[in-house]
Amino acid sequence: MAKKSNSEAVLPTLEKTPTGIQGLDEITSGGLPKGRTTLIYGSAGSGKTLIGLEFLVRGAIQYNEPGMFMSFEETEGELTTNVGSLGFDLKSLIDSKKLLIDQVSVERSEIEETGEYDLEGLFVRLGCAIDSIKAKRVVLDTIEVLYAGLTNTGIVRAELRRLFRWLKDKGVTTIVTGERGGETTLTRHGLEEYVSDCVIFLDNRINQELSTRRLRIVKYRGSAHSTNEFPFIIDANGISILPVTTVKLDYPASNERIPTGVPRLDTMLDGKGYIKGSAILVSGMVGTGKTSLAASLIEAGCRRGQRCLYLAFEEAPSQIIRNMQSIGINLEPWVKKELLHFDARRVSEQGLEKHLLSMEQAVIKSQPEIVVIDAVTDFTNMGSLIETRHMVLRMIDFFKMREITVLCTSMSTRAELEETGVGLSSAFDTWIHLTNVQSNLERNRTLVVVKSRGMAHSNQVREFVLTDKGVQLVDIYASPAGAFMGSARMAQMAADEADAITRQQRIEGKRRAVEEKRRALEARIEAMRAEFDSETKETELIIDQEEKAKKALKKERNGIEKQRKANGCK
Amino acid sequence: MSTKAHPHYGDTNGVKEWNLRLFVTDWTPRCVIAYKNLNRICEERLKDRCTIEVIDLLEKPEMARQEQIVAIPTLVKTSPKPEKVIIGDFSNEDRVLKALGFEPARPK
Repeated sequence: MAKKSNSEAVLPTLEKTPTGIQGLDEITSGGLPKGRTTLIYGSAGSGKTLIGLEFLVRGAIQYNEPGMFMSFEETEGELTTNVGSLGFDLKSLIDSKKLLIDQVSVERSEIEETGEYDLEGLFVRLGCAIDSIKAKRVVLDTIEVLYAGLTNTGIVRAELRRLFRWLKDKGVTTIVTGERGGETTLTRHGLEEYVSDCVIFLDNRINQELSTRRLRIVKYRGSAHSTNEFPFIIDANGISILPVTTVKLDYPASNERIPTGVPRLDTMLDGKGYIKGSAILVSGMVGTGKTSLAASLIEAGCRRGQRCLYLAFEEAPSQIIRNMQSIGINLEPWVKKELLHFDARRVSEQGLEKHLLSMEQAVIKSQPEIVVIDAVTDFTNMGSLIETRHMVLRMIDFFKMREITVLCTSMSTRAELEETGVGLSSAFDTWIHLTNVQSNLERNRTLVVVKSRGMAHSNQVREFVLTDKGVQLVDIYASPAGAFMGSARMAQMAADEADAITRQQRIEGKRRAVEEKRRALEARIEAMRAEFDSETKETELIIDQEEKAKKALKKERNGIEKQRKANGCK
Repeated sequence: MSTKAHPHYGDTNGVKEWNLRLFVTDWTPRCVIAYKNLNRICEERLKDRCTIEVIDLLEKPEMARQEQIVAIPTLVKTSPKPEKVIIGDFSNEDRVLKALGFEPARPK
């Protein structure tokens, strides 16, 4: 045994024999006291015989410890048949000398007591059986029958005391079963008087008209143990006790992705969607669209040919199909193709552990890759918060071990994020929270990925719109005036657009005015140039005329002179 | 004890032969007492008409399971039928005789 602290390293620790029974070794911190006797008592039908048999079967198969079952009530044939449905093949274990069943019949009417006797015959039988298969484990079921078969209770009492001491000396780990007793004793004949190392109580109690099996460790000398009551179930795998501690953290971790059925949500989740085999929590108040998101996942899964299972606890399948059809998610064809299975039941129909059982059976029957549980919070009505937690954790455990992607919807009664998810959020890998935001006389849905393990997910709040083409995510409209969604988003978008148009028109107007001005200016320049041109031409004309006039005058003067022959004229 | 007819149990319905098997675990004091008591009863009541086979379970432990033995000493009357199991040290002779099939004597 592992050394946990210095004090434990010095003190001898109690050696334990693991039972192999799911959950029992966890709550007993390792199993039953090795080489000692454990008393298991309870009323008729509480599962005593089964726990004893499973202890031997698991011991033989998992721990290679042969076991001996001494039955005072049922015959070997009856026992074999009774546990055959649990997958225990007693016959092959008996044939391979891993198990020995000895049925002791003590019938008062057939026995004549004629004086003093002892129970040495029983000792011989036990000793012979233990030696013949080298048994390490012994179950005596139910030894109290001796009190009914023999009249001399004084002898029986003394012999039982001797028997338990003898078993201890033999070093075999023993379970002795007993009927629940009256007020003064735990068992009918006070067996607890001789068995003082470990006492376990099995109860089959009716609570809110539902029967629940429970197990409690009354006493465990020299060992830490859980003092709580633990619900347990008897199913196809034998006994399962349901404590949180059974949640094994060794699931196969997949890198495969499963699209969500909402493309924009895939984008938010690293662009790929959920991780295969992960647990997804979709929380939100009533009417936030949880079922729609679940149905989107299923519809997309069926399209890819994946088998899906819808566990409905609120609505009938026909109602879900109809409602989803109204938002363009058509589930019916997949039901017909037997890809999608519905399993609808009222939560109040049965106890929590029965629900687990029927869930397991539904999963085994339909072999799904994707499971939707709508809604996981319904179970809170069934038991205490802690029981619900245990149940949900075990359920997730179950799905994860099988690499089934499970989406649980969770109805929150308050808008605060912390109030959602039955305090279970840590068990889920991806948590999507849906809210209803009320403003401007309308309610709008929003979606945010609170967490998603193993991927870089978006932290943005998106508007979640249910259209007749399924679920769509829309960016929330951010403008200088704030963030808007719903009709406010549209109004703001329209207003902003109008603004833009006006501005554009104003710019264009200005541009036109300038253009006109420019054109006017150019026209004036043109006119002035024309005027200047004409003036220039006029001036040139005048100059020309003057020139011509000047020439003409000169010519005229020359002519006169000639005529006058004036001045040295020859 | 006299050799006269037993005061309470008389007739044996004309049975000629008794086959008895006595199971012991070694010769413990109780087994010795039982054997002596049984022998005396047989001597007195079933002289020459009874066979007692003594089986020591410490030598043949597997017999305990086969013969459904719980208490020691155990006497099994294999014949005449019906088979009967008698346990104890046979100190209560009335009960031994009743179990061996003696008819209760009619009060005179």
